[in-house]
Amino acid sequence: MRVLIAGISGGIARRLALKLRDSGHEVAGIDIRPWRDAPKGIEVHPVDIRKRAAEDLFRRWKPEAVIHMATVTAFTVQGHERGRINLDGTKALFDHCAAHGVKQVLFVGRHTFYGAAPDSPLYHSEDEPPRALEAIPELADLVAADLYAATALWRMPDVTTAVLRLVYTLGTPGTGTLANLLRGKRVPMVLGYDPLFHVLQEEDVVTALQLALEKQVRGIFNVAGPAPVPLSVIIKGTGRTPVPLPSPLFSVLMGRAGFPRLSVGATDHLRYPIVVDNKRFLEATGFQATYDEGRILRAYADALPVDRAGNGG
Amino acid sequence: MRPVPQSESLSERVERLELPFNEYGVDPYGISKKHLKLALEFFAFLYRNYFRVRCTGVQHIPKKGRGMLVGNHSGGVAVDGMMVLTSTMLEMDPPRLAQGMVERFIHKFPVASLWASRTGQFTGLPEHAVRLLEDDRLLMIFPEGARGTAKLYPDRYSLVDFGTGFIRLALQTRSPIIPFAFLGGGAAIPTVTNAYALGKLLGVPYVPLTPYLLPLPLPIGLEIHYGEPLVFEGTGDEEDHVIQGYVDQVKASIQRLIEDNRAERNLRRARRLLP
Repeated sequence: MRVLIAGISGGIARRLALKLRDSGHEVAGIDIRPWRDAPKGIEVHPVDIRKRAAEDLFRRWKPEAVIHMATVTAFTVQGHERGRINLDGTKALFDHCAAHGVKQVLFVGRHTFYGAAPDSPLYHSEDEPPRALEAIPELADLVAADLYAATALWRMPDVTTAVLRLVYTLGTPGTGTLANLLRGKRVPMVLGYDPLFHVLQEEDVVTALQLALEKQVRGIFNVAGPAPVPLSVIIKGTGRTPVPLPSPLFSVLMGRAGFPRLSVGATDHLRYPIVVDNKRFLEATGFQATYDEGRILRAYADALPVDRAGNGG
Repeated sequence: MRPVPQSESLSERVERLELPFNEYGVDPYGISKKHLKLALEFFAFLYRNYFRVRCTGVQHIPKKGRGMLVGNHSGGVAVDGMMVLTSTMLEMDPPRLAQGMVERFIHKFPVASLWASRTGQFTGLPEHAVRLLEDDRLLMIFPEGARGTAKLYPDRYSLVDFGTGFIRLALQTRSPIIPFAFLGGGAAIPTVTNAYALGKLLGVPYVPLTPYLLPLPLPIGLEIHYGEPLVFEGTGDEEDHVIQGYVDQVKASIQRLIEDNRAERNLRRARRLLP
């Protein structure tokens, strides 16, 4: 199958590209970020999905399947540009797919779509509305992109579309939202709270995406691995020290005194859990995570010990 | 009454719970062995020494599989829930954890939210109840809701209106209902009035006030009596009047347990006073 990956220069996208290539697929990718020394057999095009050059690639290369991993969070891109990448980029990608006969699209979204609230169900199912819109303004454009991708299920009936809401990934490169929180020696928590967090190892993420592609799943799916664990367990399990801070002090200290910078809405997620029910995905694909929670945390602690971490505190 | 097993440590009883704890001692709902052990130390002290709880009928609670403990609220704060949870942990063999469906406001507060979650007490949402029952857990439900804890001292043995959701839930998940009566909570926390304005200020439905102002429980003897399971046939989609009929049966069963055991308690007291 000819598979085009949008956002191919990201850590997980690169691993996915390699795995798909090794499984016999033809793989190409686009990303405005470079992938220096991209391996043979994987074409990387340094173009913006919103620009004409991207559409030319669709026209010329004629991908059969597209995996959309070119969305960004508030940690990597600030302001209006983030909205443009997430919303205009997603729209452009689906337009190109419709215009150039793509048969299958995977949209890789996030489980934070459901938002964190004291009175929401512990396990979120795919049928729930997005509460992140009201609680976490920094996630609004990601939620909108997810909802837009989901409209393809009825707007483009000839295309097999799957919206995958992935839990936090934790792996060896140490990138991603949760990895950023865990980067330092001391990790902040909100005093009096210890929410459950769902984590999935990066190799398992790649396996889940490959399965979704090859099983040609259609619909909206939560993708998770082992059962969720409390944030304090994740912090201690990765060799860090939890520092519970009273709520008013929390926002003052973020980005200072060795603590990571967090978005405004993130504090809600450090109070209340966002965990997902992944039964639908398991039934559709037979996915089974190979890393349990203990192995994920130990692997992260070994790969990124505190004394080697970026701002070791 | 079954003797409370004193030989086994509380920690051992938590270890014997049939919950899928992972290597960190946490189950898929976030229930933690560490928190359960600490909470049980405190609750067991209250249960055995402070309230000297008398418990009967635990043989009616299924040793395995799903079940709904449904009873009356008694006392202005959650002493009843705490003691019911403690009774299934201490009196059952093997022990079981009763998981309460609690009021929404609990999880808005730091510490309270954490301890409620870690001991398996979740917000009373249908999604939680269905999922837990389908996972063969033991649910604890007070169908009177917050109105039940608002009962004043003279009304301590009356029952206010029951909600109907719990019956649809039982039918939908094919769960047996184990009715129970909780006696003494109203005397332990003798509420003379409920301060609704103060409650609003604090973010809770109301604050029960006692003759000594604070709703701190007195060392009154409490009783929990479990009745025979009630099993209803249906799908949960029945007409309201059918559901209301089942609710009335559960309510009558609880009322009967209350009255019978109050009468027996009065008899015991009278015997003690006789020369």
